[in-house]
Amino acid sequence: MNRTSRLITSILAFGYAFLYVPLILVVVYSFNDSRIATVWGGFSTRWYGELLRNDQVLDAAFLSFRVAFMSASMATILGTMAGLALARFSRFRGRTLFSGMITSPMVMPEVITGLSLLLLFVSLQQLTGWPGQRGFSTITIAHTTFAMAYVAVIVQSRLSSMDESLEEAAMDLGGRPLRVVFDITLPLIAPAMVAGWLLAFTLSLDDLVIASFVSGPGSSTLPMYIFSKVKLGVSPDINALATLIILFVSAGVLIAWLVARRARRVA
Amino acid sequence: MSSAARANRDLLWQRVAIATPYLWLLLFFLVPFAIILKISLADPIVAQPPFTPSFDDEGALAVSLDNFRFLLTDKLYAVTYLRSVVIAGIATLLCLALGFPMAYGIARAREETRGLLLLLIVLPFWISFLLRVYAWMGLMNNHGVINNTLIWLGIIDTPMQMMYTDFAVFVGLTYSYLPFMILPLYATLERMDLDFVEAAQDLGATRTRAFWDVTWPLARPGVIAGCLLVFIPAMGEYVIPYLLGGPESLLIGRVLFDEFFVNRDWPLASAVAVVLLLLLVVPIVILQRNQARDAEGEA
Repeated sequence: MNRTSRLITSILAFGYAFLYVPLILVVVYSFNDSRIATVWGGFSTRWYGELLRNDQVLDAAFLSFRVAFMSASMATILGTMAGLALARFSRFRGRTLFSGMITSPMVMPEVITGLSLLLLFVSLQQLTGWPGQRGFSTITIAHTTFAMAYVAVIVQSRLSSMDESLEEAAMDLGGRPLRVVFDITLPLIAPAMVAGWLLAFTLSLDDLVIASFVSGPGSSTLPMYIFSKVKLGVSPDINALATLIILFVSAGVLIAWLVARRARRVA
Repeated sequence: MSSAARANRDLLWQRVAIATPYLWLLLFFLVPFAIILKISLADPIVAQPPFTPSFDDEGALAVSLDNFRFLLTDKLYAVTYLRSVVIAGIATLLCLALGFPMAYGIARAREETRGLLLLLIVLPFWISFLLRVYAWMGLMNNHGVINNTLIWLGIIDTPMQMMYTDFAVFVGLTYSYLPFMILPLYATLERMDLDFVEAAQDLGATRTRAFWDVTWPLARPGVIAGCLLVFIPAMGEYVIPYLLGGPESLLIGRVLFDEFFVNRDWPLASAVAVVLLLLLVVPIVILQRNQARDAEGEA
């Protein structure tokens, strides 16, 4: 091995250690019996038990999952339409503004997105009386708005890497555009839609800042609950909660990866 | 159904497919910005909502630039904007310094391992951002793992202060945004033809020269995309400076949050957002041009 590649290998090793050591330590310390999170006091699973008896955590988790499910589904529908429009309907009025509005939410700092949406909801309430209470519906709308951008980009890139000849052939054989979309295009982009839905779901579960702006009193999402506890410092039950999330997500991503790899091998 | 009616229905469906997401984005993305701009021109009052209307009782336009004048003349805000630019900039360079060799290494790895290496870069991105920042709190505490290990090894005798410093903010930003740097870099480096580098070396260029004259220019779209994908969100970051940074290390994202929730000064918070957005317009436009050019090059 020459000097350059040895250097690169060591940087890679350092980089992966940098990414994973903190997460591994959280997992290890979640089994720590001691109340002081930084002192090792023997192995125990008591924090998991306490977590399951904590109603605040369960309520927050339930709200987060409802919002994530709903917003991911809406974002997938809207984002797929937007991706189709950008990739297949070549010219329409206001296209530049449209593609700008699709990509901007992805890079917009969260504080700006959150503030602007809250101000919109407040103004809407003054004008129309809706939304009377901020919570599930307002967080869902906010998450749908930024997640649909991700879905649109995934669907669009899948469509533009895809040969149009199948769709054209279906049209030549007399298929009407709407049928072609449902019989040919949608099945072909289904993997992209699934990927988009999963990404939207994760982004929604992950969001703290935007939800803090647009939620009202009494409705806390899981990240909002975690943040309110973490502000006060490291705590053992948050370690347990983090461990559950880390293991759950890692298992999910790993399985998805293995399935995708096998599908590629077969194909 | 006649064929004309069918064609009409298909056209209608196309219009619906465009109009639905379009209207959604107009209402929930564009209109909110107009409202921010409107409120940034109002004055704070004690009422619900806590700002003056844009038109007074006689229907005359009642706007003022007081908030912007305040932002420009009050030293705290100018310093905070500057600090945010500098801190986001340094974090971007740190991500580039660590991310470039990593992306290069992954792009040059054997094909079977490449997939797994990439997966390990993406995986932390799926795990809660907040929890990843939290993980560092336990590491960098005065009685945390790093200090305990260093004391145990006898390298230091008293704990180093890492938490609540700029150092901790840099670590947190680099840690959280590293995947955003590596992925676009990997995409360009993987496409790059190694023959160019070899040709340069065959023609007598040193390894360093070949890197700066061949590899670097070819990797530029990835470098630009990666840097902007780190810099833009880091500018408005709230969670990392709040949890890891010190009370005096104010960043603009946190100032905006506090101005809104703690001081309840909605007009000033809106003005802070407008100025932040103006600072970010140029990098955002560069990013979108860069992506569009990249997409064209691919096709």
